[in-house]
Amino acid sequence: MQRRKFNFTSIIEWGTLLFSTGLVCFFLIIVLWEIVSKGAGVLSWEFIAEVPREGMTKGGILTPIIGTVLLTLLTALFSIPFGVCCAIYLNEYAEDNWLTRIIRAAIRNLSGVPSIIYGLFGLALFVQALQFGTSMLSAGLTLGLLSLPYIITTTEEALMRIPASTREAALAVGATKFETIKDVVLPSAMSGILTGVVLTLSRAAGETAPILFTGAAFYINGVGGAIDNEFMALPYHLYMLSTQHQSIEEVRPIAYGTALVLIIVVFLLNLTAFYIRYKYRKNEN
Amino acid sequence: MKFKTRLSLDVAFKYIFKITGLLVLAALGGILAMLVYNSFSFFLDVKPLDFITGLEWNPTGKTPKYGMLPLILSTTLVTFGAMVIAIPLGIGTAAFIAEYASPKLKNILKPVIEMLAAVPSVVIGFLGIVLVGPGLANVANLPNGLNALNGAILLAVMALPTIITVAEDAIHAVPKTYKEASYGVGATKWQTLCRVVIPAAAPGIIAAVMLGVGRAIGETMTVLMATGNASLLPEGMFDSVKTMTATIAIEMGEVPYQTTHYFALYAIATVLFFMTLIANLVGEFFINRFRKYHAA
Repeated sequence: MQRRKFNFTSIIEWGTLLFSTGLVCFFLIIVLWEIVSKGAGVLSWEFIAEVPREGMTKGGILTPIIGTVLLTLLTALFSIPFGVCCAIYLNEYAEDNWLTRIIRAAIRNLSGVPSIIYGLFGLALFVQALQFGTSMLSAGLTLGLLSLPYIITTTEEALMRIPASTREAALAVGATKFETIKDVVLPSAMSGILTGVVLTLSRAAGETAPILFTGAAFYINGVGGAIDNEFMALPYHLYMLSTQHQSIEEVRPIAYGTALVLIIVVFLLNLTAFYIRYKYRKNEN
Repeated sequence: MKFKTRLSLDVAFKYIFKITGLLVLAALGGILAMLVYNSFSFFLDVKPLDFITGLEWNPTGKTPKYGMLPLILSTTLVTFGAMVIAIPLGIGTAAFIAEYASPKLKNILKPVIEMLAAVPSVVIGFLGIVLVGPGLANVANLPNGLNALNGAILLAVMALPTIITVAEDAIHAVPKTYKEASYGVGATKWQTLCRVVIPAAAPGIIAAVMLGVGRAIGETMTVLMATGNASLLPEGMFDSVKTMTATIAIEMGEVPYQTTHYFALYAIATVLFFMTLIANLVGEFFINRFRKYHAA
């Protein structure tokens, strides 16, 4: 009797933990099921390869796809060089002094700043002060800035994993510090850096708030792609179709399709990052 | 390459790397300067006290009202609701992954949580409109389900990955000897978890919660799409609310450049900035405490 009572309570106890874990998994399944089941029917070659037509009630989503791809490339262009260089400075050059501590505090701080504030900053600096206007350039710079702290953090972690002996070996055969970093440290840390970069870009590709006022447009003619002009982007397109469009019910299928394509883009980037990490760990062993 | 060129290249790049480090400082400084400058312009027109304690937000009325208390309360209500859902679920899941799941199960659960974290906020917001909203309207018999509870549920989903990951690290870091000592005096696994492991991991769990709070306060798209955006003083979870982030997102698109209303949105952003900063600083403080504690 005693023993049975013990089992019963322990089932309840572990059941609560199992239940919460199950619920978290259930959330993901619900998200994916809702989007995939209702978006898959819309997905077709025409949907991907055609521009929106007739007030976006017909046609495809080629323009927002091109916008998101180009915007993400711009983000990469602006954030990777600065992020990697800053991480190199922090890990390879910086001494442990007040300046370094302030820079590190600034990075932690920047990664916690809400994305909408980056949007306001982009509006004030790139759109208005620097006169880039609401354009893909302004939005790319804004997203680049938002991605910077993540790229620095992940790159520094990758650099930290390279043992000091590797650097010492290069220095001992007469390489300068810069040559050691360029030819020895960076190549060995490459897969770690790439993993972080791809994960950061997948996050940037799904961001909406920072591009609200810096260049995303409700609708543009043609396929777009001009860097000095407004653009359409997948996350903004989804937001517009589900809240701002005149006939929301009519465009609902297109909204589901857009959400599905956006999720596919983001998950593909994530998978790429996991693959790089997996291959790297395998090589390491 | 000549030795001299190699040396000068070495020195040049040393400075290039350092400049990029300083660029980060410039970015944060720029954001702060922008917030302070524009807020200051706003406070030339409106008294700070009226702004923080005013009960009405109506910048487009005949006599514009810039009271942000409804917005602060909305953000607080939605964040609080999200935490009520996310904290027990997050700690339960973290404990399950750290203490109970087999390595094989862990290899499934961790990617699940990473995938949940990767879903863009606009997609979660979309689900609030098409799934959670109609569901709530049905259950609670409301005209529509766009209210604080909807936003809280969605924000809980968005904060969960952060909470689970950090809390799991904290629980995992509790020394094995603590558990062994507990088992040694006859405690069951559950008693050990509740009375030894979780208290020992408490600083890390608090950090997890604070980082989740920081994320929930600053989240824009989900609440913008799911909470209905009525700028009244909220009275309960079934009221439509307009959070600080949503107010900025909606009104910045329509407001003329450099008007009082324009500056007011920057003033909201300043309050928002410091709210998330405090949440993140508290979180960081506890993370450092639990690292020191376990390193000792």
